[in-house]
Amino acid sequence: MELGSLQRRYIDFTSALFREGFLDNQYTQLQQLQDESNPEFVLEVVTLFFEDSEKLLNELSRTLDQQVVDFKKVDAHVHQLKGSSASIGAQRVKNVCMAFRNCCEERNQEGCLRWLQQVRQEYFLVKSKLETLFRLEKQILAAGGSVPVLCFLWPTHVETLSV
Amino acid sequence: MSRRRVSFSDGNQCKGGRRWSNPLVVLFVFCCVGCSICLLWGLDVYGILERKVRVRALGDEKEKTLLDQYNLSKDRVHALASLISSLNQERFYECMSKSVADERLGSNLLHALREQRPEIDQSQDQQHWDRENMSHEKMSVEIMQETHQFFPEPLLNILYLVIVEMVVFSMGFAVGIFFKSSCQQFQQQKHYKQQNSKGRGITERRKETLVNMCDERARMLQDQFNVSMNHVHALAILVSTFHHGKQPSAIDQKTFAEFTARTAFERPLMSGVAYALRVLHREREEFEKQHGWKIKKMETEYQFLVKDDYNPEKLDPSPVQDEYAPVIFSQETVSHIVSIDMMSGKEDRGNILRARATGKGVLTSPFNLLKSNHLGVVLTFAVYNTNLPPNATPKERIEATVGYLGASFDVPSLVEKLLHQLASKHTIVVNLYDTTNVSAPIRMYGPDVASTSEMHISNVDFGDPTHQHEMHCRFKHKPPPPWSAITTSLGVAVIVLLVGHIFHAALDRIEEVEDDYRQMRELKVQAEAADVAKSQFLATVSHEIRTPMNGVLGMLRMLMDTDLDATQEDFAMTAQSSGKALIALINEVLDQAKIESGRLELEAVPFDLRDILDNVLFLFSDKPQAKGIEMAVCVSQQVPDILIGDPGRFRQIITNLVGNSVKFTREGHIYVSVHLVEDAKSVKVGQCETLSGFHVVDKRKIWENFSMVKYSNEANDAVSLMVTVEDTGVGIPQDAQIRIFTPFMQADSSTSRTYGGTGLGLSISKCLVELMGGEIGFISKPGIGSTFSFTAVFRDGCKDDIKRHHSDPALSDFQGMRALVTDGRSIRAESTAYHLKRLGIHVHVATDQDSATNTILDLCSASGKERLDMVLVDKDAWGGGSGISFPRLLLDRRQNGAVVPQESLPKMFLVATFLSPTEVHDLKSAGYVDSIMKPLRLSMISACIRKALGVGSKRQQLKGQPMALHKLLIGKNVLVVDDNAINRKVAACALKKFGATVTCAHSGKEAILMLQPPHNFDACFMDVQMPEMDGFEATRQIRLMEDRVKELINSGDASLEMYGNIAHWHVPILAMTADVIQATHEECLRCGMDDYVLKPFEEQQLYSAVARFFEFDVADGQILADMRKKEEASDLWASWFGTLR
Repeated sequence: MELGSLQRRYIDFTSALFREGFLDNQYTQLQQLQDESNPEFVLEVVTLFFEDSEKLLNELSRTLDQQVVDFKKVDAHVHQLKGSSASIGAQRVKNVCMAFRNCCEERNQEGCLRWLQQVRQEYFLVKSKLETLFRLEKQILAAGGSVPVLCFLWPTHVETLSV
Repeated sequence: MSRRRVSFSDGNQCKGGRRWSNPLVVLFVFCCVGCSICLLWGLDVYGILERKVRVRALGDEKEKTLLDQYNLSKDRVHALASLISSLNQERFYECMSKSVADERLGSNLLHALREQRPEIDQSQDQQHWDRENMSHEKMSVEIMQETHQFFPEPLLNILYLVIVEMVVFSMGFAVGIFFKSSCQQFQQQKHYKQQNSKGRGITERRKETLVNMCDERARMLQDQFNVSMNHVHALAILVSTFHHGKQPSAIDQKTFAEFTARTAFERPLMSGVAYALRVLHREREEFEKQHGWKIKKMETEYQFLVKDDYNPEKLDPSPVQDEYAPVIFSQETVSHIVSIDMMSGKEDRGNILRARATGKGVLTSPFNLLKSNHLGVVLTFAVYNTNLPPNATPKERIEATVGYLGASFDVPSLVEKLLHQLASKHTIVVNLYDTTNVSAPIRMYGPDVASTSEMHISNVDFGDPTHQHEMHCRFKHKPPPPWSAITTSLGVAVIVLLVGHIFHAALDRIEEVEDDYRQMRELKVQAEAADVAKSQFLATVSHEIRTPMNGVLGMLRMLMDTDLDATQEDFAMTAQSSGKALIALINEVLDQAKIESGRLELEAVPFDLRDILDNVLFLFSDKPQAKGIEMAVCVSQQVPDILIGDPGRFRQIITNLVGNSVKFTREGHIYVSVHLVEDAKSVKVGQCETLSGFHVVDKRKIWENFSMVKYSNEANDAVSLMVTVEDTGVGIPQDAQIRIFTPFMQADSSTSRTYGGTGLGLSISKCLVELMGGEIGFISKPGIGSTFSFTAVFRDGCKDDIKRHHSDPALSDFQGMRALVTDGRSIRAESTAYHLKRLGIHVHVATDQDSATNTILDLCSASGKERLDMVLVDKDAWGGGSGISFPRLLLDRRQNGAVVPQESLPKMFLVATFLSPTEVHDLKSAGYVDSIMKPLRLSMISACIRKALGVGSKRQQLKGQPMALHKLLIGKNVLVVDDNAINRKVAACALKKFGATVTCAHSGKEAILMLQPPHNFDACFMDVQMPEMDGFEATRQIRLMEDRVKELINSGDASLEMYGNIAHWHVPILAMTADVIQATHEECLRCGMDDYVLKPFEEQQLYSAVARFFEFDVADGQILADMRKKEEASDLWASWFGTLR
């Protein structure tokens, strides 16, 4: 694909990610932290996030599957997941984690399982998004272009259309 | 009417119908009253007329009487004159002195006249009064009219209303009676009754009239009679004076006859007078001798009944009597009774006896007069020889009697004559009766009619108490029916009926119209409800469609993220774009529904207008780029960087307008410009140059209609913007321009076929603009293009203390750079310059090649600040594709002129709408570093420039606060404690970036171990929530540890050297928390932490937190700690007082 349209698609895609709340400002900050000395920083961190999250998710499902659920443990895991998602700016995962934690406090196993499902879904969604993003970046770089910097902030509010 | 409407609004017609029954009765009464009033009025008029007639009659009678009396006096004088002519002067004087009584009578007469005058006056008064009364009525009518005019207009209206209402009611009623015969009968009955009552009034009045006339006639007759009687009396005195009072007598038969004949006009009603002498029997012989004839006996009872063949000589001499009354003098007309003894007639004898006893005139009963066959009476006066006192006894009177004067009255003539003199003789029938004998009254005058009609009886006193006379008066005709009143009332009734019918018809019509109105209103309500239902339906359905559509779109996107071949990806992209279009449509419909139901509310959040414009243009750039359409945006520098408003809605408006422009533009340009409203007025007028060279419409015409432009005085922080979107599209047909803002209306039905779209965009935009307190307008000419302009009011976000987006380090790299924009079209150059200026680059603009090359060469030789960093050349700067060859031109110039080192030449950028692959390929060889595609965007420009100039983080670190933070943190050993590897990594990386040396610990325990004094950490960033040991606990233990060391040193158990020569260990621990709740912060401070930073790091906050510790030497840590304690104490006090308060 041509460089220009690749760049446009990258911008489009990123914009959509921000607009739809998959990512927030924190991701932009991560990108800013990346420089010549640390060219793969974002990728590293995100990969770390993927590994960590998958581990946590497995742990969570195992914990919640048990007869007697250790909610403290669940809470700790969710907290961890929340922290890491906040760090990379995976906003929607973070939001779901917050709701998940509330449910944990209520010691509601069923609710927790439901939320786990939700978190898992959000996680895989954001994962695929980020992977696509990285692939695009790679393609742009391979085409000899520079990855556009998103210097604007999308209005992060999602229209609530409740008529 | 209003009352009726109320009843209709109740929707209860029956009620209204029932309500009519009462007014019906009222109306009936009203009608009746009206009729009777009319009738009364008519009768009044009638009565007045009658009374007038009567009054006139009375007046005439009085007049007549007066005249008569006057004539009488005149006659008297005339009689005197004739007497004088008959007698000598001496005798006359004697006569005059003797006839004092007569004179007295004259004076009496005068007196009577005088008495009558007041009556006349009175009658005149009455007439006058009547007239006055009438005029008074007229006046009152006038007054009523005046008061009517005097009413103020509204009152008059109310009056009219009331009248109309009354009339309407009466109409209803009239119509009611029109169809209800019973009602009619009833009314008629009532009518008749009233007429009857009226009739009674009339008869009364008639009777009264009759009485008056009858009395009047009787009195007049009496007067006339009395006058005649007085004459006879006067004659008696004359005889007594001149016959008996003189020796020898001055009167003989001849004189008497002459005198009486000549004064007969005074006694028109008397057939004749005669004088009979009283002769006693003893004197009979002598008397007969003296006169030479015998006293004769009356042949018949009534001597005055003269027959033609009457011969006095044939009469027998009178038998012997005590006394006789032979006629010695007589008028010519009755000369046949001379020598007849009046005492011989039974009736005459009684008459004579009574006359001489009373001294008054005495009447006989009526009898037929011989000659005229009229009824007549004989009047007898006694003549006394001496002057009797008025109170003389009958005996004295009898003794003093010397003779008798008799006169016969022709009663019918008298009455006839009298009646002839009076007006209205035809209306009245007069009968005169002698009622001395009550059982058999003798009719003296008048027709013999046995009429049952009313009559009046007046007593007539002829001065003789022994005879009773009566006058009977009756109307000749029956009273005529009061035609005028009847016709008036009938006319009124007819008019009332007609008007009633009209009003009934009108009422029906009104009712009909009201029914229609009610129906319409119901329909309207239904329509409105339907509209609301439609909106709700739209909203619901739209919302329901959106949800699955989002799923479809999301899945499509995910599908596109997977490995697809080119065709599959194309399909997926097409499906996605279709889905997006559908979503956009649904959103529009939803917006419309929201706007219609008034539920759309605007946000007020800070936003960057320039970013939005960049993005909107970028989103639409695909098609224009392919078509070679120029797209540019230019925002005035006066517009604040940050505005507060609804960015989403603003974006929507811009998207709609730009989208329309893109849709309808095939060549030329699309230009978006934003100014402050205040500046818009001063925008260069008559700027004929446009972005692409195509003609555009004059946008200033739009502004003329904006009230905002005219009156732009706003609140302090209000920013009124004027946004203009100009295109060179197909334009809007003139006839479609009026409905352009109407929902679902497009310029042409074919438009949607050609260009697609719902036609909602502009109507929504208009609503949104209005919500933003602005106005929208446009001007368009088919074939030239359209320009849409709108105003909107925002708040200035820069005035508030809001974080500026431009603190973005990516953009601060270009601060202070210099650039030259070379473009033949200044407006395009301006747009390019606008973007560069946003980056903080100082921009020069050169519009022609020579000045451009000169400037470049001049500035190249300059050093330092004046150095030119870059040159931006438009591809079409001086015509199609001419920009590409510009560097070559520059090189040529340089080769010709002074040699300037290649490196010192500024970097050249080509700004282009479209570049073919070959052009891209040739770019480097042409002397350009890179190309920047239009529409220009800040991010694109900055990325290009950064790449070309190699500016990046190195530059970035030298600028602003990041540099300060860098300065603070450089070389510092920092420990990051976080159990989360990602957080740890991110935090570490961020801190590293600012030059710190970062060590990581993954748990609180590890941190405690690492922070065991002596250590070489300058600071510790600790996560609060960690498994096993959280940040608070770790901090507490670290502080305990530090205290223990301090104690050890203080107590001398440990040497200072053991702890790195630091007596006072206090490592600054900053909590890392995502929690912004104050309680957590307080907890942080309580457990010995020094401050907190928000996670993820924000430069500003991080700097402010870190600065507190590193602005001082670490050796001054003690002072810092003391200071902090004091601060805490004071804070404590403050909070304590706070709670107290």
